[in-house]
Amino acid sequence: MNELVAAVPWLGKRNPTAARWLIILVAIAAPFIAWQFGRSWVRILDFALLYMMLALGLNLVVGFAGLLDLGYIAFYAVGAYTFAFLASPHFDVHLPFWVILPLGAAFAALAGVMLGFPVLRLRGDYLAIVTLGFGEIVRIFMLNLNYPVNITNGPQGINMIDPINLFGWDLSRNIRIGEDFTIHSLFLYYYFFLAAVVASIIFIQRLQISRIGRAWAAMRDDELAAKAIGINTRDMKLLAFALGATFGGVAGALFGAFQGFVSPESFSLMESIAVLTMVVFGGMGNLAGAVVGAFVLALLPELLRDVAVPLQQTLFGHVLLDPEVLRMLLLSLAMILMMLLRPAGMIPARARYCHDHHLSHHLNNTPKREAAK
Amino acid sequence: MITLLEARNIGKRFGGLQALSDVSLTIRKGEVYGLIGPNGAGKTTFFNVLTGAYTPDGGDFVFNGSELPSGKPHKVVGRGIARTFQNIRLFRDLTALENVMAGHHIRTRAGIWGVLTQNRFTREEERLTTERAYELLRYVGIERFADVVSKNLSYGDQRRLEIARALATEPQLLALDEPAAGMNATETGQLKQLIQQIRNDGITVMLIEHDVKLVMGLCDRVAVLDFGKKIAEDVPAVVQKDDAVIAAYLGGGKHAH
Repeated sequence: MNELVAAVPWLGKRNPTAARWLIILVAIAAPFIAWQFGRSWVRILDFALLYMMLALGLNLVVGFAGLLDLGYIAFYAVGAYTFAFLASPHFDVHLPFWVILPLGAAFAALAGVMLGFPVLRLRGDYLAIVTLGFGEIVRIFMLNLNYPVNITNGPQGINMIDPINLFGWDLSRNIRIGEDFTIHSLFLYYYFFLAAVVASIIFIQRLQISRIGRAWAAMRDDELAAKAIGINTRDMKLLAFALGATFGGVAGALFGAFQGFVSPESFSLMESIAVLTMVVFGGMGNLAGAVVGAFVLALLPELLRDVAVPLQQTLFGHVLLDPEVLRMLLLSLAMILMMLLRPAGMIPARARYCHDHHLSHHLNNTPKREAAK
Repeated sequence: MITLLEARNIGKRFGGLQALSDVSLTIRKGEVYGLIGPNGAGKTTFFNVLTGAYTPDGGDFVFNGSELPSGKPHKVVGRGIARTFQNIRLFRDLTALENVMAGHHIRTRAGIWGVLTQNRFTREEERLTTERAYELLRYVGIERFADVVSKNLSYGDQRRLEIARALATEPQLLALDEPAAGMNATETGQLKQLIQQIRNDGITVMLIEHDVKLVMGLCDRVAVLDFGKKIAEDVPAVVQKDDAVIAAYLGGGKHAH
């Protein structure tokens, strides 16, 4: 949260309290603002929150532990399919939400450990290639496990997934208050996902400022030295993969329930790359970066769709570039510009690995606080 | 004198190169023990085998009366042996304080559950880790740089920080690999004081060093390696006059013929 506050332009450094309230206000008001532009924009915000969760989870693996993972979307898939299997007419199983969510998280964590074991000795490019392969393996499994026994329903995917039901409160139903005031289901999902993102941020920040977070950072900066101070790098890597995957799995389960439909095409390599782009774009290794990166890059393509198509029609009379093509083009362009101009991301803040209140207690007694770059 | 570490017939081969052959030595509790020798003599290899970074081809280490596990660095640290590196290896993006706090990892217990719930045990442990890290920074004399990212520290301070980080693992034996490399005379003098202080505080020190003056002035006993073999082991004054040692350093002697 403090990182996010500091990231607010102008206000963040001058008046952190005001910046904090501004963030809270914007987070609460966002769907109402989006509603003015049409229902689909609230839906887009809901998806942006899911992407935030993914980016936060991937940031834990890539940014904190330094393990480049190009197959992260596989955990999203595991979560989504877990939910689809256990709450849809496909197997005719309808378990309650609070049972499936931890199961989805647990299966994703298991998948994380399964990926972690064979790649323990790999770093950098080699690690990226193996994880990329892992992501594709999971997707291809989903695509082809409909024969001889139909498990995943192949490319058709699984339909009619139960919506999120919080102790009898169905989030997919609009709440009608009085005659002509309704709270749309999309709003309910928004606030539920927002709560999930806030919980993720709290958990990940607690991990970051702990002996575990410091061990990950140590491993990332110098694995040999990390071993030499007694860090069990094998366990710490597996833990990073498992915990990162957990967030992916939870986001996936929420995604399946929200969309009501899952199919393998939602979990392509491009999605993995999109999430990684969010992390890199925002600023690797800090939470604010992941949040902002996910927000900007989840909204940008939709904005393009809304602007670029009419613009091309008025300019050329027909659509030259399909929005999907344009999206990839602009994403690539954005990445190249970022690497040239701000290689550390939009919010290049350095993550803290110790508590400020412990630090300030001592710094008061020391002559001058040196600027930490 | 109580024996702290006993190396028994340690051997290590890299392809055709016998980096260590049959090296046996004994380090006593509370001494500063020097390991010297010409470049490529096997000193750093010995450190790497001792700390579990490499597995020896033969021989074993007895530390505090029981055998050290080989090839498991984190277990060796757990038993009480810490090291520094010839080329400084700090966690470059962490601050000085965070580097030392990371060094305390092996002496702390908080798990996932404790961290996520921030229970009393975890909070207390975290507070103690911070306090301890501050004490160590003060001990090596760089407390004022606690909040500076370690890659921005000066060379001498990075060396000190690496020692502080090693001390955070609460070792009984501190193995320093050329701590004075690249230091000027003043810095070397301060380093000498620091090592003496560490020894006075009850930590046994093992030292690889090229600076002969430092070794002779600091070490209680010295072993000399040459081509992977131990050619001498004694108090500095005796080693200095040893024919084999002089031959190894100056060339000539029996190796030249």
